[in-house]
Amino acid sequence: MIVFLVKRLANAALVMLVVALMAFLIFRFVGDPVQLMVNEQTTQAERDALREGLGLNDPVAVQFLRFVGNAVQGDFGVSYRNQQEVMSLIAERFPATIELVLLATVISLVVGVPLGVITAIHRGTWFSEGLQFLSIIGVSLPSFVIGILLILIFSVILNVLPAFGRGEVVSIGWWTTGLLTQSGRAALILPAVALSLYQITLVMRLVRAEMMEVLRSDFIKFARARGVPRSRVHYVHALRNCLMPVVTMTAMNIGSLIAFALITETVFQWPGMGMLFIQAVTFVDIPVMAAYLCIVSFIFVALNTLVDIAYALIDPRLRAARG
Amino acid sequence: MTKTRASLLSCVAIACLAGDVSAETLRWGAARDINSLDPYSYGSTFTISFLNHVYEGLVRYNENLEIEPALATEWEVLEGNVWRFKLREGVKFHDGAEFTADDVVASLTRVSHPDSPLRGNLPAYVSSAKVDDYTVDITVNGTYPLLLNDLTNIHIFDGGWLAEHKAEVPTDVAKKVEGYPTFNANGTGPFIVESRVPDSKTVLVVNEGWWDAPKHNLTKIEFMPIASDATRVAALLSGEIDFTEKAPIQDIPRLEATPAVKVLEGSELRTIMFGFSFADTLRDGKPNLFKDKKMREALAAALDLPLIQQRVMRGKSRLAGTVIAPAIPGYDEALDTPSAYDPDKAAALIKELGAEGYEFEIVCANDMWLNEEEICNAMVSMLTRAGLKPVLSIGPNAVQQVKQTNGESDMFSFGWANEPMLDSYSILLQVFHSRTDNAGVFNWGGWVYPELDKLVDAAATELDRTKRLGMQSEALKIVKDELIMLPFHQQPMAWATSDKVDAVVQLSDNKGRHWLTRMAE
Amino acid sequence: MTALPQPVTRLTRWRQSDLWWSFTQSKAAMFAAGLLAFLVITAFAAPLYVPQNPFDPAQLTLLNAEYPPIWVEGGQWPFLLGTDTQGRDILSAILYGSRVSILIGLASVFFALVVGLGTGLVAGYYGGLIEDALMRIGDVLLSIPTILIAILVSAIVRELLPTHLREVGAAGVLVLAIVLSGWVQYARTVRAQTSVERGKEYVQAAQLLKVPARRIMFRHILPNTLTPIFVAATLNFGMAILTEATLSFLGIGMPASQPSLGTLIRLGNQFLFSGMWWITVFPVLQLCLLVVAVNLLGDWLRDALNPKLR
Repeated sequence: MIVFLVKRLANAALVMLVVALMAFLIFRFVGDPVQLMVNEQTTQAERDALREGLGLNDPVAVQFLRFVGNAVQGDFGVSYRNQQEVMSLIAERFPATIELVLLATVISLVVGVPLGVITAIHRGTWFSEGLQFLSIIGVSLPSFVIGILLILIFSVILNVLPAFGRGEVVSIGWWTTGLLTQSGRAALILPAVALSLYQITLVMRLVRAEMMEVLRSDFIKFARARGVPRSRVHYVHALRNCLMPVVTMTAMNIGSLIAFALITETVFQWPGMGMLFIQAVTFVDIPVMAAYLCIVSFIFVALNTLVDIAYALIDPRLRAARG
Repeated sequence: MTKTRASLLSCVAIACLAGDVSAETLRWGAARDINSLDPYSYGSTFTISFLNHVYEGLVRYNENLEIEPALATEWEVLEGNVWRFKLREGVKFHDGAEFTADDVVASLTRVSHPDSPLRGNLPAYVSSAKVDDYTVDITVNGTYPLLLNDLTNIHIFDGGWLAEHKAEVPTDVAKKVEGYPTFNANGTGPFIVESRVPDSKTVLVVNEGWWDAPKHNLTKIEFMPIASDATRVAALLSGEIDFTEKAPIQDIPRLEATPAVKVLEGSELRTIMFGFSFADTLRDGKPNLFKDKKMREALAAALDLPLIQQRVMRGKSRLAGTVIAPAIPGYDEALDTPSAYDPDKAAALIKELGAEGYEFEIVCANDMWLNEEEICNAMVSMLTRAGLKPVLSIGPNAVQQVKQTNGESDMFSFGWANEPMLDSYSILLQVFHSRTDNAGVFNWGGWVYPELDKLVDAAATELDRTKRLGMQSEALKIVKDELIMLPFHQQPMAWATSDKVDAVVQLSDNKGRHWLTRMAE
Repeated sequence: MTALPQPVTRLTRWRQSDLWWSFTQSKAAMFAAGLLAFLVITAFAAPLYVPQNPFDPAQLTLLNAEYPPIWVEGGQWPFLLGTDTQGRDILSAILYGSRVSILIGLASVFFALVVGLGTGLVAGYYGGLIEDALMRIGDVLLSIPTILIAILVSAIVRELLPTHLREVGAAGVLVLAIVLSGWVQYARTVRAQTSVERGKEYVQAAQLLKVPARRIMFRHILPNTLTPIFVAATLNFGMAILTEATLSFLGIGMPASQPSLGTLIRLGNQFLFSGMWWITVFPVLQLCLLVVAVNLLGDWLRDALNPKLR
């Protein structure tokens, strides 16, 4: 088991190193940071001096080693645009994105699981078929369209929910939250719903598929035969047996939700990491882009590794096969 | 995260617990965020214009864009290159410190430091010296007529405050100096920075101890960047913001039809134009026909600029015949005749040059000038119909500008506002002068006109304003006659306010001046 | 004359299959297939009947700009669904745009399948170092969002391509971007399936009989892993179209000169609030219809091919 653990962690570290290399390579060669730090009246000599000062003239390998060395210590340099330490920029934005992603995840579970169960139990009824159809529309609507439509309906036409921003936030230590204020909660609703819609359909479909398999299994038939009430069979016996894949998928999807949030954040002007990233792309703010890439990948890899290890703990066959 | 950041954020928390949004709060939904609270750390016209609410220069532009006293009350030229400024007495910084000559010297030293990204805005500065507490001498590198123009946007810091926070040296990303002034501000201006969360919200509160009599009735400005046009419009319509300095022109009819929204339009100082490569070959290696003035004329004749003005700019831009706006000194009305649409002439010239099917690349950005992507698309249609084969390269400015400055574009979009100098010397020196040490930094096409250079060099040291402007107009005539660049229009500017705003002052430099803004009582 | 026995053609075999039977039983599947066929045919036959080639800049003129749909006051023949701000006919644009979207979707799924199936089989069958290496590459790619990959790819390719190929290359760049992030899913599914199948008796029996590894992989294991792959590919076709639309919406996809549906929505979105709803709404509708049809089919396939549900 320890061998497996060490191996898995080493793998994760290797992945991160490759991500760092890619981050470095991509952003070293896209755009020209010097252009963005000067104004209309900066002379050529000043531009050259700036280029030299940023180390953009050093050999690429040297620049990469410097990049990795600093990144490991959490130092991604200073944002070209905000001239603030990248780590503190990201740390400042991190709570906004996490709050959004976690709420979207909660919504997706709270709505998706019951819908999945219902559609599985009542398979074939118009109600279930209708929900299935709606879920397909949910998957088929691009998230930017959903965002725009939500703003149009709830902000412009009905004027009940804010169209942008995070409202007032309260800081607890270094964490900021919008959950403790009226305007903060109101501002969270539309983006969270927009972000969760796709995830809801995923959860619903997964639960439905798992439920349908479980419902055919012998122990459910046995439970029914024993006269256990239907709802108890469905929501306790059956559901418990299909929660594992749901939890796994939810955990693994948090990483991609964080990345996907960048579209939602752009549409709703949500001051999270994703919007920071999109703005960094516009301004070719290399340190911010590199840091975002590495951090999102790190969260993703960490979750994947944890899920793998958890699976290995639960299912020894996998461990034997791979360890 | 530093302690500074944490304390800033807790300010936000306190503000929110206090809770109420009074009628005198101006909620400003901007198209972009400011880059920093330190005016010297980033050469951005927008950032500096925002920080004008917090910091002030020795002189300032008044409501007619004329220079008037601010922190300096009077000035004189001692010898050819030394200027003496008398400073205003009794001015206090936001933290209560007295404003004196030491602060001016400390600020000018800081802005002209080799690490300062803003030192290009004060190109002629050599040194400054305190004469007494309220007198400062500034030495420039020769007779230089535009020092006052430059000083309008050199904000004055408190020297003691800079020293206390070890910020005498401007922030420089290359040396990773973390700047205290990047997140904190202490100026003399009409508003005090209460809190700032980058890309989210910056809150200003009124400075009760401002030296000037306030014309505004604000108590607070909440500045929130909202980059997306659609979201910004939605926020305005739903009453979440009171003011935006960039109402998308396609949404103006809808905004105007909304009773609770007012739209203010005008013509900006910035002229949008298109330039050509003057290199021997195009980027793909074939001979460059744009070196031939006839080819440039053919292009100008093939473009139906009035149609673009009517449709793409919705009749809101001002067609330009010369590369500067009428308000910029050096403007000559005789030059301001927009190029005429003449497809027959274009066809004849293209035939004469054998340029049928001539393929070239037009480099445009989709986030720089107003409706630039649409303008460029319309150009491509028009030039294709004229028998040429333009290919459009479109992308974010960050990527496109590299191609433009490196001379990697056959034809490129360009905009110049002559900010903050507000004089045609700016565009002549930076854009049309041939490339030398300090001149022609924006000469992207690589053109050389020795006659024009001579006029610009002579204007640089001419103290007689009328003579100087005469020379500049003459240089601009060369630009026009040779069609070095093809001027399109002055951009429209469109601000919008909610009905909570009574009056805002909109000048052609497109800068918000909320120390003049009044809210409905 | 003697009556010849009816030859068993592929068609008749297909018509007697369970899949066909299941298809005829599902109204949703038949509806989806009909809709998809309609969308594909109208899109690909568009050059035969639409009034304008929206990809030819010479055919666009600002004089025709901003007509509303024909049934709204101010509408103008032959612009049935109106025109955009460049004078581009919306109907022509969405049909040509669908063509671009469909082709990019198909190409992405095809190449992702080729790469994914290959690596998944090899990884799952041989295990060990090869598996680790291939799966780690996959991990890395999956750790980077599609949009970032697209930025990387487009930046590099744009630098490499000569000017006149850049626009033509945009579609290829998008395909590459979607493939790079999409193949991993197939690889993982196949690998997981393969490593399970590898332990089963029939494979062990084949190995004992000294059947070559390649043959075991392709003839024995692959068919057993194909069902989930087939379903995933159908659904991913829809996803690929959406990814393409999202990238183009963010402005890093198809250029405005050969707009895909996403590009059209991006261009139209700026005018949503100014009353010119048709510029956005029709491309959005077309995109949704297209993806809904594909997803309905994929959904039906999944149920139909899942033996446990029969």
